[in-house]
Amino acid sequence: MGYQLNFAPVWRDFDLLLSGLALGLVMAIFSVLVVGNLIGLAAAFAMTSRSTALRRIASAYVTIIRNLPIFFLMLVTFFVLPQQFGIRIDKVQAFVGTLSIYAGAYLTEVYRGALLALPKGLREAGLAIGLTEGQTRLWVILPVMLRNALPALSNNFISLFKDTSVAAAIAVPELTFYARQINNNTFRVIEVWSVCSLMYVAVCYLIAAGLRVVERRLAIPR
Amino acid sequence: MLDFTRFFVEIYPARWAILEGVGMTLVISFLSIVLGTILGIGVALSLVYGGRVQRFAVRAFLEYVRGTPVFVLILACYYLLSQLVQLTPFQAGLIALTVFCSSHVGENLRGALLALPRGQTEAAKAIGLTFRQTFVYVLAPQALRQALPAWINTASELVKASTLLSVIGVVELMLTTRQIIARNFMSLEFYCLAGIIYFLISFSIERLGRRVERRIALPS
Amino acid sequence: MSKPVLEILGLHKKFKEIEVLKGVDLEMEPGDVVSVIGSSGSGKTTMLRCVNLLEDFEQGSIRIDGEEIGYTAAPQRRRRKESEIARQRSMTGMVFQQFNLFPHLSALGNVTLGLTKVKQLPKAEATAIAERWLERVGMAERRNHYPGQLSGGQQQRVAIARAIAMNPKVMLFDEVTSALDPELVNEVLNVIKSLAADGMTMLLVTHEMKFAYEVSRRVVFMNQGRIEEQGAPEAVFHNPQSKRLADFLKNAKF
Repeated sequence: MGYQLNFAPVWRDFDLLLSGLALGLVMAIFSVLVVGNLIGLAAAFAMTSRSTALRRIASAYVTIIRNLPIFFLMLVTFFVLPQQFGIRIDKVQAFVGTLSIYAGAYLTEVYRGALLALPKGLREAGLAIGLTEGQTRLWVILPVMLRNALPALSNNFISLFKDTSVAAAIAVPELTFYARQINNNTFRVIEVWSVCSLMYVAVCYLIAAGLRVVERRLAIPR
Repeated sequence: MLDFTRFFVEIYPARWAILEGVGMTLVISFLSIVLGTILGIGVALSLVYGGRVQRFAVRAFLEYVRGTPVFVLILACYYLLSQLVQLTPFQAGLIALTVFCSSHVGENLRGALLALPRGQTEAAKAIGLTFRQTFVYVLAPQALRQALPAWINTASELVKASTLLSVIGVVELMLTTRQIIARNFMSLEFYCLAGIIYFLISFSIERLGRRVERRIALPS
Repeated sequence: MSKPVLEILGLHKKFKEIEVLKGVDLEMEPGDVVSVIGSSGSGKTTMLRCVNLLEDFEQGSIRIDGEEIGYTAAPQRRRRKESEIARQRSMTGMVFQQFNLFPHLSALGNVTLGLTKVKQLPKAEATAIAERWLERVGMAERRNHYPGQLSGGQQQRVAIARAIAMNPKVMLFDEVTSALDPELVNEVLNVIKSLAADGMTMLLVTHEMKFAYEVSRRVVFMNQGRIEEQGAPEAVFHNPQSKRLADFLKNAKF
């Protein structure tokens, strides 16, 4: 076949690809590490709380979101909210909102697992030295639990970062969107997709390596 | 808000389209999990028992695929393959999902095989089983049990990822839904319907998986 | 003297740079019961694993019933084919410290696996043999239990049945009671004793000195990859010749 590799068109627009990558990362960090984390923590504590209502609400949220495709959730947020409820949001807001709620459900599972894995004596020891229930949670449970959750958190963050590519389908200008644009303009099919996926692979690697460093730093000496 | 009377008027003419969409979603998910699992078993075997070169090559493939978002895999397969060898969107999508599935299954099975205690292999060898027999009768049954929960998860991931095939023109449930909405503008109702269907598929896979898990669990 | 069933000649074995076996010679006649004692790191377990071909060895030869196992005879020493090795392995029966029962198979399934797949016996025949041996080790009633449902001692007895059902020329026992709770040790030792009384040829690596004294025809003391001293149990235990054996016995538990 007469296909000649020619990366020039891809390099010409490489800054576009980079800006797309940056947008994806920013969206992931904000939705997963900020909003999703808060939702996840709150819902995890709700799921392990004594209140039946809280437990039901939290577990319904997790079950529903985890069984729905993110692409579906994104389309609903982007098309249905403005059309049916008159809520005006732009595409980046729509995606960040979607990813936050989506990530929240997965992080709830992470934190719930970490909470359940804690030895029962931990809470009792906190209470025994006179801390209140809330103080025990904040000063004893949370620090241990967060450390234990870190490996799973890192895996989830990487997988949720990869989900930002879905935003290309509603024209959010992130990496996949630009890759597709370059693909359509130049037909350098092999070049653009190999560069695009390599960029994702590289970033996933860096995130994993970075979080491993954090993990080691925070590790409880033993 | 929800307009049920109109919804029932609109859903009737769309019934076959919706069923076909669900059918396509199920068929392509099923095919990709079957093919992906077969390929994934090969991936795991090469990673655990392969020679140095084979291990390196398969490892590189695995890292590449696992680091790439499934949407990028789908688009890349579609643009690349449809340009090079004239594939239909269905075929390109099936290949993308199969590759995606094989990477998950491969990594999962590899972990399960490596987690088996060394003593299992030694005990099997000690009674004179060959390598192949050891694998078939001793290692595989244990590794597959180990790998089942993650495999179920992969299956439901695949159903969810299949929604992305609507972007390359595979007429599965998501694209069908969007086509129906384009005609009647009842986005809330028909998205709700699609959501319920996706939820039911994914939820049933999970439930079924748990039942199988319980059934094959070892007594202790 | 009858023909030896197991001959180990000049066995050498290295792990990377460290030589763990520095020329071991041992001969066993049919019906022999030999216990190998020695401190950890003396190479006794490694020697046993070489006989079962679970370890490679660089020099020396091992013969079972006159057949050179693992490697073709010198000077063209070459590792045998995998299928050949598998067959030769089934000439010895190995019982492990950690039992290593197959957790996905019942007690009966554990014993029949080798009979149906290696010996290719029909299922009914394999089951009959397996049931006889499970009966022999006192596990007949629990033949349908899975390893997860059995105590350590019971698991080890099934493991013994699994090995001996293959009708090996020599049974190899690798510290089979070390992983057991103290109250479960005797049920396993009693099974081994009764097999010895039946004339089974057995090579045991053990820390149970009292047991070694009672059951063995010969005791071998290994030290730093060599056989330092061997003889009848009375001689070895009551009248050690070397200082190392005397020191070892002083610290050993009886």
